[in-house]
Amino acid sequence: MKNNIIVKVKNACAVGEAKFLNYALHRQTKPLIRKNGELVETSLEEAIQRGAEILANAQYPILYGWSNTSCEAIRVGVELAEEVGGVIDNTSTVCHGPSILSIQDIGISSCTLGQLRHRADLIFYWGSNPWSAHPRHIDRYTTFSEGRFQRSAWRGYLSRLTGTLARKRLGRAIDLVLGRQILSPPETEFRLPPTLFQNKRKMIVVDVRKTRSAEIADYFLQIQPNKDYELLQALRLLIRDEELDVDEVAGIPVEILEEIVDIMIGCKLGILFFGLGLTMSQGKLRNIDAALSLVRDLNQRTKFLIMPMRGHFNVTGANVVFTWQTGYPYAIDFSHGYPRYNPGETSVTDILRRGESDAGLVVASDPVAHFPNAAAQNLVKNPLVVIDPQATPTSIMADVVIPSAFVGIEVEGTAYRMDHVPLPLKKVVEPPETCLSDKEILQRILVEVRRLRSEHN
Amino acid sequence: MPKLKVYLLTGRTIDQGTGKEYGKLSEEYQKSVSICQMDPEDIKFLKVRENENVKVTTEFGSIIMKVVKSKRAPHPEVVFVPYGPWASVLANPKTHGTGMPSLKGEMAEIEPAPTEKVLNLQELLRTHFRRK
Amino acid sequence: MTHLIIKNGFVYDPLNGINGEKMDIFTSNGRIVEKVAEKEAKVIDASGMIVMPGGVDIHCHIAGAEVNSGRLLRPEDHVKDVEVKTRLTRSGVGYSIPSTFTTGYRYSRMGYTTIMNPSMPPLEARHTHEELDDTPMLDKASYPLLGDWWFVLEHLRDGLLEECAAHVAWIMNATKGYAIKIVNPGGLEAWSSGRNMRDIDDSVPYFNITPREIIRGLCKVNKLLNLPHTIHVHTNNLGKPGNYVTALETMKCVEDLAEGDRPVIHVTHSQFSSYKGSDWRTMSSGAEEVAKYVNHHSHVTLDVGQVIFTDTTTMTADGPFQHRLYLMTGNKWVNHDVETETTAGIVPFRYRRKSAVHATQWSIGLELALLIKDPWKICMTTDHPNGGPFTAYPSIIAWFMSQVARKKTMMKISKRARRNSLLPSIDREYSFYEIATITRAGQAKILGLKQKGHLGVGADADIAIYDVNPEQVDPSRKYKTVRRAFRKAAYTIKGGEVVVKDGQIVKPVYGKTFWLDVKTSLPMEVNDDLKQKFRDYWTIEYENYAIPERFLHASAPISIKAEV
Repeated sequence: MKNNIIVKVKNACAVGEAKFLNYALHRQTKPLIRKNGELVETSLEEAIQRGAEILANAQYPILYGWSNTSCEAIRVGVELAEEVGGVIDNTSTVCHGPSILSIQDIGISSCTLGQLRHRADLIFYWGSNPWSAHPRHIDRYTTFSEGRFQRSAWRGYLSRLTGTLARKRLGRAIDLVLGRQILSPPETEFRLPPTLFQNKRKMIVVDVRKTRSAEIADYFLQIQPNKDYELLQALRLLIRDEELDVDEVAGIPVEILEEIVDIMIGCKLGILFFGLGLTMSQGKLRNIDAALSLVRDLNQRTKFLIMPMRGHFNVTGANVVFTWQTGYPYAIDFSHGYPRYNPGETSVTDILRRGESDAGLVVASDPVAHFPNAAAQNLVKNPLVVIDPQATPTSIMADVVIPSAFVGIEVEGTAYRMDHVPLPLKKVVEPPETCLSDKEILQRILVEVRRLRSEHN
Repeated sequence: MPKLKVYLLTGRTIDQGTGKEYGKLSEEYQKSVSICQMDPEDIKFLKVRENENVKVTTEFGSIIMKVVKSKRAPHPEVVFVPYGPWASVLANPKTHGTGMPSLKGEMAEIEPAPTEKVLNLQELLRTHFRRK
Repeated sequence: MTHLIIKNGFVYDPLNGINGEKMDIFTSNGRIVEKVAEKEAKVIDASGMIVMPGGVDIHCHIAGAEVNSGRLLRPEDHVKDVEVKTRLTRSGVGYSIPSTFTTGYRYSRMGYTTIMNPSMPPLEARHTHEELDDTPMLDKASYPLLGDWWFVLEHLRDGLLEECAAHVAWIMNATKGYAIKIVNPGGLEAWSSGRNMRDIDDSVPYFNITPREIIRGLCKVNKLLNLPHTIHVHTNNLGKPGNYVTALETMKCVEDLAEGDRPVIHVTHSQFSSYKGSDWRTMSSGAEEVAKYVNHHSHVTLDVGQVIFTDTTTMTADGPFQHRLYLMTGNKWVNHDVETETTAGIVPFRYRRKSAVHATQWSIGLELALLIKDPWKICMTTDHPNGGPFTAYPSIIAWFMSQVARKKTMMKISKRARRNSLLPSIDREYSFYEIATITRAGQAKILGLKQKGHLGVGADADIAIYDVNPEQVDPSRKYKTVRRAFRKAAYTIKGGEVVVKDGQIVKPVYGKTFWLDVKTSLPMEVNDDLKQKFRDYWTIEYENYAIPERFLHASAPISIKAEV
């Protein structure tokens, strides 16, 4: 740190480093209000006043976002949604919502990440690419981490890598000399490598394309798009020692699946991480049903766990806070005076698609960039209040913009890791004067909303 | 003009992840999310070259993007677009009663668009969002 | 300055020996005092009503990771039971696992003022405290799970008792905890390899220590640290036919560590540990044996863990037990292993009258309470929500007080269970004085909470007034009247303020969180070695582990001076 500016970051992943070093580049520090079609600067008081008016006067407002702010702020958010009788929803609704729906049907056999670091010797990443999305996952918690009972597989990977590179170089040299291709691309071969049968940590990646994570895995299982459900159910059948009537599933020969199942049953502790490859493709929550059931069934043969890979640093926190305060993890409708939960009806994308809401509050999120356009259009059509430290496509379409402080950089707070471990986020620099914390901004809006409603009565 | 039917996948990339930390309105971010990663065989089929523009169309919208050769090939007839405003124009808002829109595995059509340019963010918002 | 006079009620204050005397109670500034001038005070006319200290619940799962996963798991349970937002209260849902605001309001409406959350994984203690802070109306505390903590297992295995005590003191401070909680000792660590403990002399894989050594070791640590409550133990083999033997062995294994008449171990939800038989077909009650032991020994206290016939949710830190429950029922199952420390499991469960096993479980809880002669040794609980939601407490009071009530329920249960039950031969009926003991006075005493559970001068002004006249109502016959009265307190007073009137919240308040600030003479050394060990054992940094006091909304530390 130098003069209240961050100059160097140690120990963080690429995304974290970028966040700490560059957060100041596109941030907004002035409250804005739309007047005559243009966003103009205004005082914080006016912005809060106008924001409160929009919410208090709405019949069916939606309060969305919440995954990039602290639990302390989220608690106020739920109180505000209850006060205005609106719908509160967080980014799970377009991310791991289906996983939550499945967990509510089946349950889940899971753990904290340290349990894996200490004991996991078989690691699956299914429809998930941690190398790109969770860059430190593999070396902190899984394959390349050191645990009490399991060693890192890094050295094994390095020797494999040098071996492959050497082979490729040699192959290219031979090709040059002989003027033709000797080595055919071995990408689509299914043969299981010997490392999968050794007594050490092993990693298998299942995906529709060979991601960076797949490259460092012991084995990459390329699956046809939208065929995850079939493959998961096939594995379940094999685990139960049942016979499959077909020769291949999802493009993979059954003999290979049988060998993989043997490895799964023979492991000491296995973990299946899954990402949006499962929640977003055809079948959605049914894919997760199959994955959760597979792991649950495996527990009768060995110790196996499963965990969704969450995005947004506090989406888990948003689910956790919503659940303890309202009983439900997302898509909560307060319009009847008590919490109601029915994804498909009370979820924000559906409400927007049907054009039912008449106002919106977005906190630390960017639905204009990430919601399907048809839904995002309806968000923008109605009065929109945005609380965000950064200027985003959503904030530039808003009617009221309130700049906030960055959680974890300028303001402290609590967040929950993907495995539900609560962590304190620290304050490292002072925020600009005009940027209050999300929590404070929401509290002020809440006070103002209550005042407006009591005046009205 | 050759056209290609593909499965459209959306997702995160490390560039999109770091790009957004430079700010959602930054050039870095816009450049990182207005691309579509294609299998080199598909690129050949469409008779385009890397860094040229293509038009991607789904049932829900159409938009111009820049072609980038995928380093993750082979994945014939599967195209990857990073999360962001460009991908959202193409996304299916229907949730089939689950609350979750379909953001992966939708069908799309790609054709070359060498003379059209990729919109910048302001233009995209103006074109695809009705002004109040 | 708020003054209160409660006039003319029938006061039951067992800790001070008051048994239904008609007298006035005076409070000032949140405490019970000798006297207050009438013209300065708010007066409550408690004529014809019972006045007791506010309810104390020694064991109810209401906050934290495990409870919240349970809430997530049961949207179908929430839909049945909703609370609409009012001018004074927040909205909420839930029958067996209510949301936090609803939990606080419902306890308060029954006259409860202090509750203890018994299962807190130390790594996730922050979560427990966030939820406790959002639980209104009540004073509360939580017990960190330490029976399978790697530091405990290693120190005890190596015979380093004082080191162990220093670490336990540290973690009690760090997690803002109140007591040492032990669940299926050794079994939770074994669950990481998919195994469990057979009995208290089985060996924990990798660690080479037995449950007996863990229980004894932590019992000694508890004494060295002078903690107000004893070790709080969920026995090995919970829920297994024949496990009454384990319960007895668990109680016996610390018999020699007792000093005088003071208890050194609390066996929680003992109903689940009092089964005879070798399988579910031959399962029967072991309550007689357990009660006999307790009647002849003064070093043990218990709480019941009473089952009621309803659809509820089981949740405990006993991972292997919960997995077995899933295998038995096929219901949805949540499992959560916490690195280095503990486990958790959740399975919805329906107790049915016509099931011989469930009806026997129901009978066992009541048998225990009725066969244990000294009401100071046993507390009324359901191990909420495992045996049933806490809102069922008034029904349990009715069963304790009325043989007729018990008979009525007995007529509807499985014939086999009815045949084998000891209840028809037991005509004991609890008096109001004894009920006051097992729902407040005894609980507070066992917990070592000196300001709670009584109405003597200096106590916290936490008072419950129930609209039932002990001179006119015979609880043995009019148990329904008693049940109704205890469902909705006529008044609940918290810290000298009237917060509930006629079963409605009239003043929302937030209580305090108690925790132990244990001061050892040689505090645990926080050096680079320790920090490195942290990094090796956990996936969070040492600096992030401990909860700073300012994190709690209303921190109420209790200073403890340890013997080490």
